[in-house]
Amino acid sequence: MDMKLLIVEDDKDSASYLVKAFRESGHVADHAADGLDGYALAREGDYDVLIIDRMLPKLDGLSLIHGLREQKVETPVLILSALGQVDDRVKGLRAGGDDYLPKPYAFSELLARTEVLARRRRSGPAEETRYRVGDLELDRLSHQVTRAGKPVDLQPREFRLLEYLMKHAGQVVTRTMLLENVWDYHFDPQTNVIDVHLSRLRGKVDKGFDRPLIHTVRGAGYMVRDGAR
Amino acid sequence: MTALGKLFRTTAFKLSLAYLVIFTLFAFFLLGYIAFNARRLIADQVASVVEAETQGLAEQYMAGGLRRLVEIIEQRSRQPGASLYLVMGPGGDKLAGNIGQLPPDLLNQTGQRQIAYFHNDDDRRPHMALVRIYDLPSRVKLLVGHDLAEADRLRSVIRRAFGWSLSLVVILALLGGWFVTRRVLGRIDAMTDTTRGIMEGNLSGRLALSGSNDELDRLAVGLNAMLDRIEELMTGLKEVSDNIAHDLKTPLTRLRNGAEQALRTAQSPDDYRQALEGTIEEADNLIRVFNALLMIARAEAGSAHDGVSDFDLAEMARDVVELYEPVAEEAGVPLTLDVPPGLRLKGSRELVGQALANLVDNAIKYAPRPLDPGAAPNAQPGVRVSAATRGDAVEIAVADGGPGIPAADRNRVLERFVRLEGARTRPGFGLGLSLAAAVARLHGGVLRLEDNEPGLRAVVALPLPSGGA
Repeated sequence: MDMKLLIVEDDKDSASYLVKAFRESGHVADHAADGLDGYALAREGDYDVLIIDRMLPKLDGLSLIHGLREQKVETPVLILSALGQVDDRVKGLRAGGDDYLPKPYAFSELLARTEVLARRRRSGPAEETRYRVGDLELDRLSHQVTRAGKPVDLQPREFRLLEYLMKHAGQVVTRTMLLENVWDYHFDPQTNVIDVHLSRLRGKVDKGFDRPLIHTVRGAGYMVRDGAR
Repeated sequence: MTALGKLFRTTAFKLSLAYLVIFTLFAFFLLGYIAFNARRLIADQVASVVEAETQGLAEQYMAGGLRRLVEIIEQRSRQPGASLYLVMGPGGDKLAGNIGQLPPDLLNQTGQRQIAYFHNDDDRRPHMALVRIYDLPSRVKLLVGHDLAEADRLRSVIRRAFGWSLSLVVILALLGGWFVTRRVLGRIDAMTDTTRGIMEGNLSGRLALSGSNDELDRLAVGLNAMLDRIEELMTGLKEVSDNIAHDLKTPLTRLRNGAEQALRTAQSPDDYRQALEGTIEEADNLIRVFNALLMIARAEAGSAHDGVSDFDLAEMARDVVELYEPVAEEAGVPLTLDVPPGLRLKGSRELVGQALANLVDNAIKYAPRPLDPGAAPNAQPGVRVSAATRGDAVEIAVADGGPGIPAADRNRVLERFVRLEGARTRPGFGLGLSLAAAVARLHGGVLRLEDNEPGLRAVVALPLPSGGA
C-alpha cells in the first residue's frame, strides 16, 4: 500500500529527511514549510495522512488542524511535537489530531503509525467483527480465537493484544503503539515488558504450527501476516 | 519623584484629603445653620421688645400728653442698657431722647426698619439699630429702637468658633493623614525594597512581618509563601539542569567516541552498520533519560495536572501487575496482588501507574531468583503488591525479598541518578525511584522506603480524595 503524505515541518533538515525516508519506503510525500502553506496544500491535495509539526511559523499546528476540521477536511492527522507530556498529547488529540508522536522519534515508529492511519482512512469506519489471517480466526463478539479450527485459550489482555495485531494485519505495529492501545499507557516501561507479552502470545498462537503468523520486524516492532501470501 | 510628590500619590493621603474636605463642609453647614437661626431669634426678640415699648409709650402719651412722654423717656434714657428713644415735635425738633440727629426724611416713614444712628451729634461711628417710628396725634413722632450690637457680638462669636473648629479639623486631618501615610508608606517601602532585592537575585529574601496580623501582614504572609514556592521551583530547576548537563554529557561523550572510533577503525560495511546501530541505541537511551528527567521535573513543578481524573486504584494496580506478570514469570519471581476493590483515587492515572510500574520493575529486578544461593533464608519469595487505607491515606506497597536498601541510603536513592553499588551492573538509569517520589509529592503524598526484613518495601502513600473513599 503506497500512501500520499503531506509533511508540514519548518525544520528543513528534518523535513527533507522525512520526505526521503518516506519515498524510500515507497510512498509519496509533499512538504510545506509553514502553517499557511500546509493549510492550503492540505485543503487542495488528496492526502492519505497529514504529518504536522506542532510548532510552525505563520500558523501553529493545532490551529491548522482545527481550521481543517472546521472546513470538513477529515484527512487523518499525525502530530509531531517536541512536547511529549501526557497533557500535551491530550491537547493535540482534542484539537482534532488522530495520533501524537513526541520528538525525537524513530522513523520506523512514525512509518508504522502513518500506515495505520492511512489504512483506517481507506477502510472507513466500519469495524469488522471477525478477523482472519491465514488459518487464525478471531471473533470479536464471542471472544473466540481458533487456529486451524482448534480453539486457542487466551487471557483477556492477550485477546486484546492479538485483536490489535490482527486488526492491523500486514502492518508494522510498534511496542509503544501496543502499550498505548492495549494497555492505555503512554510511558516508557523501561524493561522489555511488551516483548515478553508477545513471546507468550506467540507461544499460544504459533507454537506447534510450521507457519508462524506473528513476526518480529527488526528495529521496529511486530506484524501479524500470513507468510505464504 | 520627590518625597512630597510620593506622599501626594499615596492612597492614605488622598483619603485624608477627602475626609478633610467632608469635615470642613460639615462644619460650615453646622455653624451656618446655628448662626442663621440665632440671628433670626434675636431679631424677632428685639422686634417684639421694640413693639411692646412703643405701644406702652403711645398709651402714656394718650393719657398724659407730651409732657408725660418726655418725662418718661428722659427717665428711661438714663438707665444703663437703655433702649433708644427719640421724640420729635411737630416742627421736626428733638424734644427728648438718647440718640443724635437723624435724617428728617427717615422719620417720615413709619413702621419697623434697620437704621444706622449716632449716640449724639458728635459721634462719628454709626451703630446699627432696629427702630420703630410711630406717628402720635398732634404731629409728634416717637422713635423707639434697640441697638443691634448684641447680634453683631453673636455673629463674631460664631465666626471665631468657626475659625477655631476649622483650623482644628484641618490640623487633625493633616496630622492623622500624615501619621497613617507615613506608617503605611514606611511598610510598603520596606516591602518594595525587599522585592527589589529578590528580583536582583537574592531569592532567599522574605518580607518582614509587623506581628499585628493586619492586612499588610496577611499580604506579606501570602507573598512569602509564594516566594517559598518560587525558590523551591528555582532550586529544583537548577538541580535538574545541573543533573541533565552532568548526566547527559557522559552518554553523549560515549556516543561521540563510538562514532569517532568507527570512523577511524571500521574496515567493512558490517563494521559501520554495527557502529551505527550502537550509536542509535545510545541515542535512544539518551532520549529515555531525557524524557524521564523532564517528567520528574514537570511532576515536581506540579504542572502535570491536566490529566487528573478519578480512577480505580485496584484496577490500575491490576493493570500494572498484569503488564509485568510475564516479566516476573520469566525471571522466576512470583508476582502477587492484594488490593481491596473500591479504592478510588483522584490524580493522574498515567503518572501513578508509571510510579507503580517503576516500583514493580525494580522489585522484580532485585527479588531473589529461585534457588539463588545468595538469598536470605527467610526471604519472602517473589514480589507482593498490596494496598490498604490507613487514616485518610491510601498506601500502595511493593515488597520484595531482595537485598533491600540500607537505612542510611534510603533518602539518597530517591535523588536523581543515584545508584547504589550493587545496582550498577543492572540495567537502569537511577531515575525510577526519583520519578515515583516526584509523582507521590505531586499528588500530595510521599514515597517511603521501608525494611521488608529482608528486602525492600516501597510504600506510596497518597491522600484519599476528600469526601470519603
